[in-house]
Amino acid sequence: MSINEIQEEIIDEFSFFGDWMEKYEYIIDLGKSLPQIDEEYKDEDHIIKGCQSRVWLHAEPKGDQIEFTADSDAIITKGLIALLVRVLSDQKAAEIAEADLYFIDKIGLKEHLSPTRSNGLVSMVKQMKLYGLAIQAKNAN
Amino acid sequence: MRNKPMVFLDSAASSQKPDAVVKAMDYYYQQQHANVHRGVYQLSQEATDAYEKARHLVQGFINAPSEKEVLFVRGTTEGINLVASSYGRKFLEEGDEVIISAMEHHSNIVPWQLICEQTGAKLRVIPVTDEGELIMEEYEQMLNERTKIVAVVHVSNTLGTINPVERIIELAHAKDIPVLLDGAQAIPHLKIDVQALDVDFYTFSGHKMFGPTGIGILYGKEKWLNAMPPYQGGGEMIETVSFEKTTFNELPHKFEAGTPDIAGAVGLGAAVEYMEKIGHETIQKHEHELLVYGTEAMSKIPGIRIIGTAEEKASVISFLLDGAHPYDVGTILDQMGIAVRTGHHCTQPLMDRYGIPGTVRASFAVYNTKEDIDRLVEGVKRAAKMLG
Repeated sequence: MSINEIQEEIIDEFSFFGDWMEKYEYIIDLGKSLPQIDEEYKDEDHIIKGCQSRVWLHAEPKGDQIEFTADSDAIITKGLIALLVRVLSDQKAAEIAEADLYFIDKIGLKEHLSPTRSNGLVSMVKQMKLYGLAIQAKNAN
Repeated sequence: MRNKPMVFLDSAASSQKPDAVVKAMDYYYQQQHANVHRGVYQLSQEATDAYEKARHLVQGFINAPSEKEVLFVRGTTEGINLVASSYGRKFLEEGDEVIISAMEHHSNIVPWQLICEQTGAKLRVIPVTDEGELIMEEYEQMLNERTKIVAVVHVSNTLGTINPVERIIELAHAKDIPVLLDGAQAIPHLKIDVQALDVDFYTFSGHKMFGPTGIGILYGKEKWLNAMPPYQGGGEMIETVSFEKTTFNELPHKFEAGTPDIAGAVGLGAAVEYMEKIGHETIQKHEHELLVYGTEAMSKIPGIRIIGTAEEKASVISFLLDGAHPYDVGTILDQMGIAVRTGHHCTQPLMDRYGIPGTVRASFAVYNTKEDIDRLVEGVKRAAKMLG
């Protein structure tokens, strides 16, 4: 599926939630089920510093695609990471770099990706796109 | 907030503003504004009177001996930076020591680190117990002939601990060492009498005591302020300027370079009047009731751990839920319209001391109620259920 197809799928899933509790319970569940990042990548090289929750991100190039694995010490952040990974992982580097992540706004979680939120998610998205750019450039050479 | 009546439990970060403060600032801008001190015309005189009246109100509020010793600054952070920089440049030499504590806010750590780097002085740190109290025996041992200043927090922003500042000052003064108190968290709760404390420097922010942001106070004993070089150069702080030599104005103007935050000072003055009208006794009684009620109710929540259980405590409850990150708890509470602060509260060394990433902190002010605490308890229980 393309990035936008997955975004539409997530928007559709979230439209069934009646209130904030159901939504957050789902995000927490996503956080709990996020595949573990390899412990070796939970180091200073892979950390994205938010003020409050810490995020680790690892990018594995696979041909013209990138596989992302990530983790956080806060479960809600981890659930949001699971959504970002679902949208951007195993996509083409060029498309990751260009992606417009409109689903965040549509599912009412925009505040979590505000630069003032200090949970590391904004920097994580930026970092994922940078990986996209870098690997795209590398492959072009 | 979020279509629910809001419960504001973050007054330790910044308090809400009473009508009287907003109105005083509004009136100032509408009716009294001109630049202070230099105008020959009536409006400037009125602005100056309003500004200096605020200083007078603060002087009375903290029982400072003289208005000269009451300096307007931007807030506690600037107050500490001023002393660290001006006192430090004058009195600190290589091998000298500055004592702070393990429960300091970054604002009372970093300015001292900076001046220590410049002068070659060393930072010494009073440790804290598991309950969040200073280990006074260690402090006593630390004081020596190389100690040039002691700078500690009066009330901890993270733990709520009210430190035994009288004893801290007494021990330092026995060796002729001056003491600075970071009063940011003390001023909204306690009656501060700088003469009774015999403290050398006392600094606090307006916005934590119902006043506006951007204004605060540094009280300093005249003998120190006279001995210290100016902090910043500019207008107002000078007596005469030529390119060869500048002589400096008298206190307090020597430390107030540039056009000050006049409206902020007026607002702070109104906040002082507001607090005096309610009275410290009423404030303390109410807040103590909330603290006792809140601590008891919160302690009953399964899996909760309260960080900071000192005997003398201000109305702050810092806590952790078993297995839950503070950020997650804060996010759930926010969804329920409950505003708390989460994180390390700018006290990272203290978080390291307890081996935790941060806490969730609920802080209560005079306008909070027991119903607010009931909502908090209900919210924390909900968060525990969702995150467990």
